Amino acid sequence: MRTGILPVFFFLLFTFVSNSHAADLPFEFSDPVQEDRFKGLLEELRCLVCQNQSLADSSADLAQDLRQEVYRMVIEGDNNEEIVNYLVARYGDFILYRPPLKPSTYLLWSGPVIFLIIAVFIAISTIRKKKYTELSQKEQQLASQLLNKTEEESDQE
Amino acid sequence: MTQKLIPLAIFLILIVFLGIGLTRDPSLVPSPLIDKQLPEFSLEQVKNMDKTLSSIDLLGQVSLLNVWASWCLACRSEHPLFMELAHSGLIDIYGLNYKDQREDALRWLDLYGDPYITSGHDDTGKIGIEYGVYGVPETFVIDKKGIIRYKHVGPVTDEILEKKILPLIERLKATPI
Repeated sequence: MRTGILPVFFFLLFTFVSNSHAADLPFEFSDPVQEDRFKGLLEELRCLVCQNQSLADSSADLAQDLRQEVYRMVIEGDNNEEIVNYLVARYGDFILYRPPLKPSTYLLWSGPVIFLIIAVFIAISTIRKKKYTELSQKEQQLASQLLNKTEEESDQE
Repeated sequence: MTQKLIPLAIFLILIVFLGIGLTRDPSLVPSPLIDKQLPEFSLEQVKNMDKTLSSIDLLGQVSLLNVWASWCLACRSEHPLFMELAHSGLIDIYGLNYKDQREDALRWLDLYGDPYITSGHDDTGKIGIEYGVYGVPETFVIDKKGIIRYKHVGPVTDEILEKKILPLIERLKATPI
């Protein structure tokens, strides 16, 4: 009997937990284009209270208020840039999941490329080193001796 | 030999950067409002619905704007400091009562004391958004011209007050309008 209850419990738990808030937004649109813009914006904007959630996902009170603001601005016909600028002016770049390209974020944006270049450089130099190890004269002699030897041996066979 | 030290050096640099990262609080977001004019507002006062508190009232002297709410537990921990500060007469403290019921706010002020010259009642949180409020309590230091000079997110502690806020107030008071 006990083993029967446990899965049901977890099933219910995860059903509630995974219940996305974006799905049951109480916002209504007459224009589907506006609705798409609204949903797109919410995915791009970070909730400042629970920082790993977007405005679409967060159930924080502030996220609800900011959804309302974004909704109002979309309905009033503000374009995406205006809405984003409005929020950045109040909450800073942090509200954006995609930080803008500016001097303080150059390293952030170029970081992956820089690391890739370094990695490629290291890889190439390592491979080259293995290919072109030069032998000293002594080693050269020893090598040709060994080669001659094996040739003779195979000739004898 | 030096070849072998390179990975170690990279590792150590990484450790230093990650170490610095650990000392920072990621929940503290730098405010874009610093050194900007305070956003305009006009709100009903918590204690007197017929009167308003507006941004103009904060001009002309150095002042603190403290965002508080009766439902905010952390606000209670900083409250005695504001009471003390108000008694000292060092600075005008204004309140922004954020997303609160008026009755609850009044009861809270009765219970713990009212250090504010007056508090504006921002029941919808609209003015909170104008000020980029994301975690109550928040405290703004505003200079004589109405420019925001400092913002503290979270409860003000003795240390913050002594080391950051009070010295800043002294400096701002000394500068003429």
